[in-house]
Parts: sequence; C-alpha cells; structure tokens
Amino acid sequence: MSTTSTTTPVAGAAPDPAPGAADPAPTRERPVRRRRRLSPGRRLPAARLAGPVLLVAVWAVASAAGRLDPAAIPAPWTVFRTGVHLWTDGTLPSDVLTSLERAAYGFAIGLTAGVVLAVASGLTRTGEALIDGTVQLNRAVPTLGLIPLFILWLGIGETFKIAIIAIVVYVPIYLNTHAALSGIDQRYVELAEVQGLSRWAFIRRIVIPGALPGFFVGLRLGVTGSWLGLVVLEQINATSGLGYMMFQAQNYGRTDIILVGLVVYGIFGLLSDSAVRLIERRVLSWRRTLSS
Amino acid sequence: MAPHTEQLSRPAAVRLSGLTRSFEGRTVLDGIDLDLPAGQFTALLGHSGSGKSTLLRAIAGLDHEVAGSGGLTAPERVSVVFQDSRLLPWMRVLDNVLLGLPGKDAADRGRAALAEVGLAGRERAWPGELSGGEAQRAALARSLVREPELLLADEPFGALDALTRIRMHALLRELWERHRPSVLLVTHDVDEAIVLADRVLVLDRGRIGLDLTIDRPHPRSYREPLLGEYRERLLAALGVTEDHA
Ligand SMILES: Nc1ncnc2c1ncn2[C@@H]1O[C@H](COP(=O)(O)OP(=O)(O)OP(=O)(O)O)[C@@H](O)[C@H]1O
Ligand SMILES: [Mg+2]
Repeated sequence: MSTTSTTTPVAGAAPDPAPGAADPAPTRERPVRRRRRLSPGRRLPAARLAGPVLLVAVWAVASAAGRLDPAAIPAPWTVFRTGVHLWTDGTLPSDVLTSLERAAYGFAIGLTAGVVLAVASGLTRTGEALIDGTVQLNRAVPTLGLIPLFILWLGIGETFKIAIIAIVVYVPIYLNTHAALSGIDQRYVELAEVQGLSRWAFIRRIVIPGALPGFFVGLRLGVTGSWLGLVVLEQINATSGLGYMMFQAQNYGRTDIILVGLVVYGIFGLLSDSAVRLIERRVLSWRRTLSS
Repeated sequence: MAPHTEQLSRPAAVRLSGLTRSFEGRTVLDGIDLDLPAGQFTALLGHSGSGKSTLLRAIAGLDHEVAGSGGLTAPERVSVVFQDSRLLPWMRVLDNVLLGLPGKDAADRGRAALAEVGLAGRERAWPGELSGGEAQRAALARSLVREPELLLADEPFGALDALTRIRMHALLRELWERHRPSVLLVTHDVDEAIVLADRVLVLDRGRIGLDLTIDRPHPRSYREPLLGEYRERLLAALGVTEDHA
C-alpha cells in the first residue's frame, strides 16, 4: 500500500553502509552492527499462498503414490474434474449463487444492525442503557442454538437462514465497534472541545476514525461468522445451496463432491477476508504497525 | 518602549474573582482573584499538584464535572496547547492544523501557520512521522491559526529535550510578538518562566502566592545575571532551599 516503506534492507543484502559511515572513522573499531530486528521483517512475495500450495502438493504426491484411499480422500485432479463437471452442467453455479445470496443478505443486515446499534449505544446514554445490556444478553446465547426457535417462528425458508446469519454477523461487529466507540481517548474529546468542534464534526473527525480499527476487527470476525453460519444452516436443513449439495453427496458417498464444496467455501472465505484486509489497509494507512 | 506599563492600562483579557475548585471535598483552588491584561505573557509556576492544570482547565472551560464557584471571564477565542502535541494520528499534519477551523481560506492559513513554525513542506506528513519537537510545533501552529485572543499552554515543552526546548522558547516568544495573544504558560521550569514571561505567578496552597513582574528586555539569556535575582525570589516562593536548587 501507500504506507511509508521500511528502510531497513533485507537481511543478507550486500554490506550496507553502516550508520555513521559518512564520517571517516580512523579507529579500528568493530564496524557498527545493526541490531537484530524484532519485527518479522519484509513480507515474502505471495507469502499467503505458500502454505496452501505446499499442502496441495503434498496431497497430490500422496495420491499419486497411492498412499491415500481414493474413497476417503480423492486425488486433487479427481476433485478438479468433478468441480469442472459440476460447473459446466450448471448445478454448481446455481448452488453457489444461492449460498452467496444468503450470505450476502445476512451479512449486509448483520453489518448494518451491528454498526447502527453500536453507534446508538456508543454515542448516547439512552442508547447505551437500552441496547448494550440486551446485546450482551444476546451474546450469551449461542446463536446456532436459536435455530429450532427460528424455524418455528419463520418457517424453514430463506428468511430464517438470513436471520441466523445476520445475528452471527452483528454480534462481533457490535461488540468491537461499541468497545472502540466508548473507548475513545479522553484527550481527543478534550481537544475537540478546545477546537470548538460541533457534535457532528466531533463524531466525523474524531469518533469514527478513532473507532475504525475496532470496527475492522469486528468486521473480520463477522465475515468469518457469516460463512460459519452458512455452512451450518445449509447442512442441517436446506433444499438448495452448496451445503445441500455436499449433504447429498454424503448420502451417495461422493467425497469428491464434498471436497469441491469445501474448496468453494474456502475460496469464499479467502476472498472475503482478503477484501476486508485490503479495505482495512487502505482506510487505516496512517497506522504503522508490525505488519505494515 | 515600556511594554509593562502599556499592558497594565489595557483591559483584562481574563478575570478571575474568588475562583474555587475542589476535588472530592479537597480544595485545590481557594478563591483566586486574578486579572490577566490583554496581550500579556504570563507564566504560572507551582509545585506538582498545586493546581496549575486545574486553573488552566477552568479558564479553558474544560472542567465540566469539577465542583467550584467564583467568577471567570475569558475571551471568545481561546487556544490550548497541551503537554502532548495531541495531533490526531489519522489526519495529516495540515488537516490537524485545520481541525475545527471554518472558512474558505482555511487551508492557506493553515499552510502559512505551518510555515511560521518551520514546518513548510510537511503538510502531508502523518503525525506519527514527526519528531517530538516537530509535533509540538504543529500543535503550536494549530493553536495559532485560530488567531486566539488567549493562548493557554500546559507545560507545552515538558516532554522535549533541553536543546529543542530552548529553540521552542525562542519560537514561542517570536510568535507571541507577532500575534500578541494573551498567554498563560504553565510550567514547572523556573528558568523557562523567567526567560519567556513578563509576569510570573506562583500558585501555592490554592492561591497566587507570588505575582512577579519581570521588566527586562527580550530576548533574554539564561545567563543574564539580573535574572538571577528573580530566580531567587521565585525559588523562595516555591519553597526550594539552597541545597535543593
Ligand atoms: N480529575 C481529578 N479528580 C480528582 N482529583 C484531581 C483531578 N484532577 C486534579 N486533581 C487533583 O488536584 C490537584 C491539582 O492537580 P493539577 O493537575 O491541577 O496539578 P498541577 O499543578 O497541574 O500538577 P503538575 O505540575 O504535576 O501537572 C492534585 O492533587 C490532583 O490530584
Ligand atoms: Mg499539570
């Protein structure tokens, strides 16, 4: 990103001019050694992909060597072929679309609810009194435990699935955003008063930017939560979607289809997490952290 | 010119009458009566915990939940410089300077203020990239760009190293001469007070224990022998004996 670059060269680079090399040191003292850096150093290129690629490689080698039972873990190419097949005959795209739609609706509703509730309860005392205790109570009940009740209330259709995903998403977003909003540095509040900011300007210039790091923590948990909710819901009771496809494959003993489903879930998760990371890096570019 | 007599004839920028503040029943400010004439550079000394910050915050109108009584008038436009620069880390330096500043030409004024404190060209830096002294200069620019009638500063140089502090003293005095706000500078550094201020107050047991006018020309040197006399009196008022000094 456009953050300031680290100036320390990669370890093992050509002997770099030690600090103070400009002035000719007549003494025969040991050249200044740079201290061992404690931050992990520069990112390896495409570092995030290295682990998964290695894993697939091991899997492929083991399959080719016949060390894996193909009924339990089919070879990568079998899975790939099944995936292509499912995609071209149209079942996979329609299932993926159904699942994505569920996740997107649930996520959007959960995100909105989480942010609105957090702002209402973080910025007003009335809101805090009404909302915070209620959400904390809600948090104490594991959301997936609400499934039977929600089925009775909302029927077994899409509404109930979206509702459950929304709840799974809103809780972490609310908790983290609220904590960030109410933990705003008192010194900045004082500064805002001194500078004569209006209430709105105070919220816009200080409260919101100050709470963004906390919000992003919640957002990432929310994204993960939405996939988790999706998987559970689709595998318990659905008549369409990725989970349903996998559930049926289980009945026919088709591990390859199950693996295709898992891979697609994995891609969803990876892509959405990367998207959030990217936005976070953009928005929080002022932060210089260990991972910058 | 005779700055002091001229200042005394001016109207008071700040007027405290019987100002009292207490925390949990413990009286920190005990009926302070004080006038700060417009355009005067005043320093406020006192032991740690004597209530300097409490007084400053009262004048700034920042003590919302503090029990107290007494009369207090202060100008409309007040700026405060804190001990920490208090720049918002998520805003670039120029945006920090412009915080809360209305007007179309605000950005130009902000740039001019940054140039005045020697930070021209750093407008787009993040506060995290500034050194301690630079950050404090940016904070100074932020307070000056509002053209305050009263500048309140609570140990603004307390966190800086000695060399930077001396340069900041010169800068502050220079800015004051150009803009002429009333200044109330809280410090625990007797020399800083003597070199910078035209009037030094010592806060002691909730009251102004000593009100000393320093009628010496500027710029003042730390080694100026005549200032030693003021130092003695201030140290005595602070209760510092020879062996501690
Ligand atoms: N918010 C507060 N609640 C309770 N007591 C406080 C509060 N603020 C200040 N005090 C007390 O009031 C007294 C004066 O504090 P103040 O901060 O004004 O001192 P000071 O002269 O600025 O000291 P220093 O030089 O260390 O900054 C201290 O005893 C302090 O403990
Ligand atoms: Mg103080």
